[in-house]
Amino acid sequence: MGALTPSLMIRSLGQVLGFVFAIAVVLALLEGYVYLLFFRRPRSLPSAVFARGVQSAIAILLVLLTLRFLDRMGLVADLVAAWGLTPVVTLPERLWDAWAALTPMPWRLILPPVAVLVLEAAIYLTGEPRPSRLGLAYVLVLPALVGISFLIIIPFLFEVRLAFSNMAMYTAQNPQFGLQYGIENFIKVFTGPVAKDATFFEVLGRTVLWTVINVSLHVTGGLILALLLNRSMRLRGLYRTILILPWAVPSTITAMAWRNEFDFRYGFFNILLRNAQQFFTDLAAQTQTLPLIYDLFNWLSQAIHPVPWRQDPTWAFISVVMTNVWLGIPFMMVVILGGLQSISQEYYEAAEIDGASKWQQFRHITLPLLRPVLVPATILGTVWTFNRFEVIYLVTQGGPQEKTDILVSSLYKAIFQFYRYGFSAAFALVIFLILLLWSIIYLRITRGLRGVYE
Amino acid sequence: MRGKGIWSSVVEVLAAPARLWPRLQLRALFYRPRGDSPIKRLFIHLALWVACLIAVYPVLRVVTISLRPANKLLTTSLAIIPEDATLANYMELLFGRPGRPTEFYLWIWNSLVITVTTATIGLLLSATAAYAFSRFRFPGRNAGLIFLLSTQMFPAAMLLLPLFIMISRLGLINSYLGLVIAYSVTAVPFSIWMLKGYYDTIPRDLEEAALIDGASRLGVLWHIIRPLSTPALAIAFLFNFMSSWNEYIVARIILNKREMYTWPLGLWTFTEQYTVLWGKFAAASILVAVPVTLLFLYSSRWLISGLTLGGVKE
Repeated sequence: MGALTPSLMIRSLGQVLGFVFAIAVVLALLEGYVYLLFFRRPRSLPSAVFARGVQSAIAILLVLLTLRFLDRMGLVADLVAAWGLTPVVTLPERLWDAWAALTPMPWRLILPPVAVLVLEAAIYLTGEPRPSRLGLAYVLVLPALVGISFLIIIPFLFEVRLAFSNMAMYTAQNPQFGLQYGIENFIKVFTGPVAKDATFFEVLGRTVLWTVINVSLHVTGGLILALLLNRSMRLRGLYRTILILPWAVPSTITAMAWRNEFDFRYGFFNILLRNAQQFFTDLAAQTQTLPLIYDLFNWLSQAIHPVPWRQDPTWAFISVVMTNVWLGIPFMMVVILGGLQSISQEYYEAAEIDGASKWQQFRHITLPLLRPVLVPATILGTVWTFNRFEVIYLVTQGGPQEKTDILVSSLYKAIFQFYRYGFSAAFALVIFLILLLWSIIYLRITRGLRGVYE
Repeated sequence: MRGKGIWSSVVEVLAAPARLWPRLQLRALFYRPRGDSPIKRLFIHLALWVACLIAVYPVLRVVTISLRPANKLLTTSLAIIPEDATLANYMELLFGRPGRPTEFYLWIWNSLVITVTTATIGLLLSATAAYAFSRFRFPGRNAGLIFLLSTQMFPAAMLLLPLFIMISRLGLINSYLGLVIAYSVTAVPFSIWMLKGYYDTIPRDLEEAALIDGASRLGVLWHIIRPLSTPALAIAFLFNFMSSWNEYIVARIILNKREMYTWPLGLWTFTEQYTVLWGKFAAASILVAVPVTLLFLYSSRWLISGLTLGGVKE
């Protein structure tokens, strides 16, 4: 609860700069290590003994540190305990404690990297250059490899492990791992409720519906707007700029704005509907003498009425779809517009001479030539929509009674509202498999990984 | 003007618009790209106007709410400029109330620190790897590329649970670093993928020429690739900046102390209080949205080209 003060700014800057600096130092030392492995050969036997000794020591230390990290995360805690590895795994910590007792604070942190640097320099000086064809590639890939291991690979393995555990709210600190827990979790995914009431297949069906409706409307809307914009005309730049606005404005804000518009009393749609109803009621009152017209207006004044957007599941679903369609069209429009602009005018001129109608031109020139843009954009759009629950979370929070939840938003609820960790991990893996299947289909449709390998 | 009197040149100058006029007129009135008739063009403009209205109206409504005085927040009026329009909401947000300083700057600062750090780390870890993936053929390359491609397909939400547990076990809940780590999960692979797409478009001839002239591979990287890749690095930075800047859901689980809030969380507090502060919420939205939207629109051309390089590529 407070304002931004200079001291707070300095503290936060110090924290993140220290973090980035630490990462940079560790990466630089690792880079040096890998560089020496590939590009330096020891000149004599003693230098070889020295270099290989230091290198193995560092490698062992790295392995131990990683193990300790995994252990701290609880990822391998039970295995470590079962195999009696605790003294080995805690070795780096005990070394560090001994070291910390010896040295005062700034040196405690500064000396170890300097020591490693000196050792690496010594290896460099006692060695001779060695040509390496692939060394540079690995040196260049190393930072990403380290980053991705810690950010993606380890969390993923952790998730697999969690899926075979009974971790939940009360067992968060000391979960038990075992095959039977995993089987139980996976059975629960398919039989029990995934969040509170909704079952897996119900939510899966809704997710598919959500994805298909959204993507087809995104593509149709984007295609229509792109076709309208793809000509020389006045105000083209202005139209284009305004039409990307839904993409440009932060979606946290626009989703909240849409949420307000679905308010029963004060939302835009219901105000509009109420006004329309009033309008037709008045018209009906004035045309009471004209039988058929009166019937029409009377029917309209009863058919049009404010809609319970938040309470009725169907309307709630329509409201999230409307929001997401509004948000997603600009991206498709821009992508398709780019595709349209790359189509040469000559095709159309030739078609015109041959007497093709506009529709034939669209059907036989535009669509086939847009394919290379449309297919990947559609498939990526599908995956994004499948995964994108931000809109649902902000507009309806999955309600009423979880009737607007999709798979990913149920997963979020299972984790952070119901604390069913082991179950959620299994659930996440099931969603992962569904997406994997879809990506394989994607790669088939786009003829494998042609674009990737080149 | 040799051989011509001064008058003839004056006449020529005066006549220039007259000679140009028919052409100008033709341009304005009869220039019909692909043979669109005036009526058709009218309908096209009409359709685009409607589309623009739909695109802009929800945003305009936020502006309207932000201008409403506190006692008229809930109204069924649809006017864009409300009755008794006031800037009080903006004033309170920017300068606070007596005895209660504004938290707005704190939230912006938190967001800024987290986003810039994420974007920096994204580049730090990815720039060199992207080059290696683009140019070298090394064992593990294809597996790496498939892996990167698949990370584009799986959302961060998939790994939210293990990341959340890891971050809390590291004691990084309620810290900048926790959120930076969570955001880097998507930022790093995305940056590699996008930058690789960019490096692929740089012709290899340049490097080969330099290599033949005796430059080392590292020298090529530093003297040729580094200056060429500045725009791509800027795009990747901007992309990572934008996606973490607007993020709400992950921030919500990692940060639960009010002074650590990023702006989306801060804005949300306005809607969670006993009396919903729609006016302040809307005013804050506008203040945040205007610079970000302008930045996006300004850089949209490059952003879009970057996206098509990385993601939407067959």
